[in-house]
Amino acid sequence: MFRLEARTSTPAWFNLALPLLAIAATLVLCSGLIAIAGAGVIEAYGVMLSASLGDSYAITETLVRAAPMIFTGLAVAIAFRAKFWNIGAEGQLLAGAVASCFVGAIPMPGYLAMLLMALAGAAAGAAVALVPATLRVKFKVDDVVSSLLLNSVIYYALMALIEGPWKDSFSGYPISPPVEDSANFPVLIEGTRLHLGVVAALIAAPLCWFLIARMTLGFRIRVTGENPEAARYSGINVQRVLISTALLSGALAGLAGVGEVGGVHFQVMSDISPGYGYSGIVVAMLARLNPLGVVPAALFLAAVMTGAEAMSRATGVPAFLSDVIQGTALLAMLVALLFTAYRIRRVAK
Amino acid sequence: MSAVFEQIFQVGFLAAIIRIATPLAFATLGEMFSERAGVLNLGIEGIMLLSAMAGFTATSMSGSLWLGVLVAVATGALMGAVHALFTVALGLSQHVCGIGVTLFCSGLAYFLYRPIFGQQSVPPSIKGFQPEPIPLLSHIPILGPAVFNQFTLVYLAIIAVPLAALVLYRTPWGLSVRMVGENPRAADSAGVSVIGTRFQAVILGGALMGLAGAFLTMAQFNAFTFGVVSGRGWVAIALVVFGRWDPWRSAGAALLFAFVDALQLRMQASGLGHIPYEAFLMLPFIFTIVAMAFMSRNAVAPSALLKPFRREER
Repeated sequence: MFRLEARTSTPAWFNLALPLLAIAATLVLCSGLIAIAGAGVIEAYGVMLSASLGDSYAITETLVRAAPMIFTGLAVAIAFRAKFWNIGAEGQLLAGAVASCFVGAIPMPGYLAMLLMALAGAAAGAAVALVPATLRVKFKVDDVVSSLLLNSVIYYALMALIEGPWKDSFSGYPISPPVEDSANFPVLIEGTRLHLGVVAALIAAPLCWFLIARMTLGFRIRVTGENPEAARYSGINVQRVLISTALLSGALAGLAGVGEVGGVHFQVMSDISPGYGYSGIVVAMLARLNPLGVVPAALFLAAVMTGAEAMSRATGVPAFLSDVIQGTALLAMLVALLFTAYRIRRVAK
Repeated sequence: MSAVFEQIFQVGFLAAIIRIATPLAFATLGEMFSERAGVLNLGIEGIMLLSAMAGFTATSMSGSLWLGVLVAVATGALMGAVHALFTVALGLSQHVCGIGVTLFCSGLAYFLYRPIFGQQSVPPSIKGFQPEPIPLLSHIPILGPAVFNQFTLVYLAIIAVPLAALVLYRTPWGLSVRMVGENPRAADSAGVSVIGTRFQAVILGGALMGLAGAFLTMAQFNAFTFGVVSGRGWVAIALVVFGRWDPWRSAGAALLFAFVDALQLRMQASGLGHIPYEAFLMLPFIFTIVAMAFMSRNAVAPSALLKPFRREER
């Protein structure tokens, strides 16, 4: 018989080793699927690796993909720290994209447009996140369920917009009008898609870390998440902390949408997010809810996504492999996390 | 003439409600059993999708509808076991595991679809379940054609509700399920295997979710497409809360949701002005959120929901 035994302390090297172990386990498990799809495992992973990290252009593409997942990963990490179960980053991202697209279509000087797009997108995301938080605080509605359902509501609202008022009357495509050229985020390296929003995402991570680790609100968020009773006794207004967390989390997810509109697509379409909101959950868990860990975790998933598309083109293995890898990585990471708190001990029967 | 027309309209409407409610009823009952034992299963959306795909595949290969249903149920049960392995045996976060199961299952469903069916210009379809009128009962005015001229799986759903109530409230196993969901430590002292009972409940729940998925691809759409589940799993989770973790109330909640959904379909069909139909698709979800806000205040979840059980810990 085996038994889980609580650890008294966790070795420091675990923090690095566990995510890597989870990722390795995931890649081994998923190689079976590549074989089922009729391709060579080494070859397929080789294509993935070279397409996502092989040359400087591939690296910029991976960075561009990582940006929205850094934002949604931060959104989820901060929310989960307070045990506000925000599964709604997807809807908050979409709301941010729509709001920033509205603003970006208004002619104005470029830097003003970008600033206002970011503000509008963050505000829209925060407004969406406020709904499950308010429902939980005022009506005791489970935040998991309400934030999940809101994803569908926002998605259909977006669809109604691009099939209705926004529909391109000329081509008939369900896409929004493009934002003004001046509102397109500047490209940092000529010939790539590396835009200003990627830098914003890379800056947001240490800022969020500082907030969580060093600022009063961050302290309140952590205490509320770890022990709401203790938080209440020490005079923390738990409900207010939950609302603040939701606003912050939603704003971050909204910014993910802003980056996609301003830096990548320049308009809104039905598939503007291939599930970045849900990927944010994987990112946050791989990062062990640490905002600094969000960056490498998002880079890993971005590499998987970019690589999976190239692999699909080269070997015919369906690109949905990246979704399976995400799900498997999430579960593998959870098991790995178990070993930070417990060790397996063999016990005599 | 118009009276006849109106009657057909009503019968069609009633029949639509029943048909929309059926997969929701299976899924909601499945989630309810799981949660009654203390395990939230957010894997439901993915489990329904993978089961729908597996059942469809089995049927299109064998030509047997019931084999497809069986495969779908087995797939659901297997994925329930996976969720139980992580949340019950290892005691990991139920929220995050559920999302992981959903990501894994939906990714797997779409992934496997292509190696199995290849790339075709016309997506493959099957001859799904056909309505089976029940003699005599189907002749009752309005109610007959709407309720008793349905797919066999619909009748199964109608039977499943009282059966679920019977199992939950009137059998020793049902008592164990309720005990491990309310007070696992007391159940453990009374000699009930908490881990074992939870495993069984989550697996049963997964099997019912599989049945819900089977209905979608084998009776409702007769094909496997991207949007085949499209949030029905998430809705089922809400309906469990709305139905206060009770089989009868949950079934009622499924019917109520189906009514709103059928209504929005009618509104779409009537072509209200220039409103895009997606605007109507939001309505059932908004309705569910609002309904939950009204119901959640005095809804009492199983008290051990979300709490892993480890014997040696206090």
